[in-house]
Amino acid sequence: MVKKIIAKSYLYFILLLMYLPIFLLIVFSFLSSQTVGFIAEGDHFTFELYVKLFQNAAAMNALLNTMLLAISAAIVSTVIGSLGAIGVFYMRPKAKQVAELATQLPVINAEIVMALSLGILFYVVLQGQPNFVTLMIGHVVLTVAFVYLSVKPKLQQMDPSIYEAALDLGAKPGYALWKVVFPEIVPGIVSGFLLAFTLSLDDFIITLFLKRPGFDTLSTYVENRLRVGLPPEIRSLTTLIFLTAVLVLVFNGFKTKTADKKKLIAHKTEEK
Amino acid sequence: MKFRFQRKYLSLPYILFLLFFVIFPVFVILFYSFTNRDGQFSLDAVKLFFSSPEKPGVLLLSLIYAIANTVICLLIGYPIAMILANKKYNKNVVIVMMFIMPMWINFVIRTWATRDLLFWMGINSGNYPEVAVMVGLVYNYLPFVILPLYTTMLKMDKSQIEASQDLGATPAQTFFKVIIPMTMPGIVSAATMVFMPTISSQVIPNILSDYNIMLFGEAIYEAYKTNWNLGSFMSLVMLLFIGVALFVTRKFAKSEEGKRTAIW
Repeated sequence: MVKKIIAKSYLYFILLLMYLPIFLLIVFSFLSSQTVGFIAEGDHFTFELYVKLFQNAAAMNALLNTMLLAISAAIVSTVIGSLGAIGVFYMRPKAKQVAELATQLPVINAEIVMALSLGILFYVVLQGQPNFVTLMIGHVVLTVAFVYLSVKPKLQQMDPSIYEAALDLGAKPGYALWKVVFPEIVPGIVSGFLLAFTLSLDDFIITLFLKRPGFDTLSTYVENRLRVGLPPEIRSLTTLIFLTAVLVLVFNGFKTKTADKKKLIAHKTEEK
Repeated sequence: MKFRFQRKYLSLPYILFLLFFVIFPVFVILFYSFTNRDGQFSLDAVKLFFSSPEKPGVLLLSLIYAIANTVICLLIGYPIAMILANKKYNKNVVIVMMFIMPMWINFVIRTWATRDLLFWMGINSGNYPEVAVMVGLVYNYLPFVILPLYTTMLKMDKSQIEASQDLGATPAQTFFKVIIPMTMPGIVSAATMVFMPTISSQVIPNILSDYNIMLFGEAIYEAYKTNWNLGSFMSLVMLLFIGVALFVTRKFAKSEEGKRTAIW
């Protein structure tokens, strides 16, 4: 019993520490203080920072860019990575091994090495200019292997004979892949997409190396303010992002709970 | 000859993409590391790196921070993963997700929040820049340690622990002789997930020390802006560390695939 209390308190203590900076920002997103943590005379409760956030064109633009980049990079990654996983799965063992090894490289590679090597490739070897395409390629490099790794286990779990069965029943290979293999691996594709999206949202280094000057994502926008000071509106932005994350978490928790219940009910009726 | 569709052709875009944008760039930095501005073979970049008054020192400092960060994160994260994976203490997956959730907030903003918190507590880049950077690093990498440890501990064979207790081992003996060796793959993959990115970290030390503490990532970026050859060579040094890490992890964790994908 005592052990349990100690274990639980440790868990919640560390959680509290982890969330403390975010909570501080959230509290001060409702105050008119200039500096986070310090309440001067005359500072009061206000929604002012939320209004200002939507008036801050640079921040809104950075937010929009971040979303656009993450969505487009995640879509490209998901298409290339999922097709890649299917194709490699049906390769001969030797070729498969080489492809798997190549997939490991972007997973374990340091972001800065990928960023710099792509930068030199684009600007020095190919004599190009940074633009949205170079930036997106960088983000696909960052995320595509993770899509591959999410889809691969689903292919391994699939019953290999159903594809053969479809062919025997007269389906063309393309039709069989679309109607038989694809539905089996959809969960892997979805989780790969979500993973690619979040990795892209959080990226700083690749964006820094491959973006054109003047183009900002949330990461580069915030980092750039170091010398001039972060606008207080970012506090309200953080609050909104945090709320979204909480909603996703609650929704997910709710979904798995009802799914578990459904499974349980199905299981029980089967038993009868 | 008629073209015949084979399923493996679907991987063509993926293979070509990896070839052009992952493998070829590695050869590009290899080439630029050992050439000069005219494209001739030269060791200028190597000499420039080792004769530079601050660059090898930055690498050494980054290694020290990386070791410290790895050790601290493991010390804090290991007990957490153990409690989370223990059915007696925790049955709730949401609590596990809560340890991962900070990762969904942009890490640059999170680092700023840490800076604000520390400033409020009286720690800033002026008085204790080292403490500020260290706290920021631990804050950022703790979830990366908890996750792989947690997944390894879920798969741990509980009967071995019970067997050691039945055979009269003290709790300490059980911990060091049974639990630690069983979770070694998780420890190794957690350590590499913290160690490597810390060496090349850039944003966290910049924001928390107001550019007073430079780690290797920032040094590479600085070099890249002025001298591609030097930047390439420094990236190559980074790649060398990655190669060693890959070798070590392969030895320990054979079937530990998709550690980061396990969140979903």
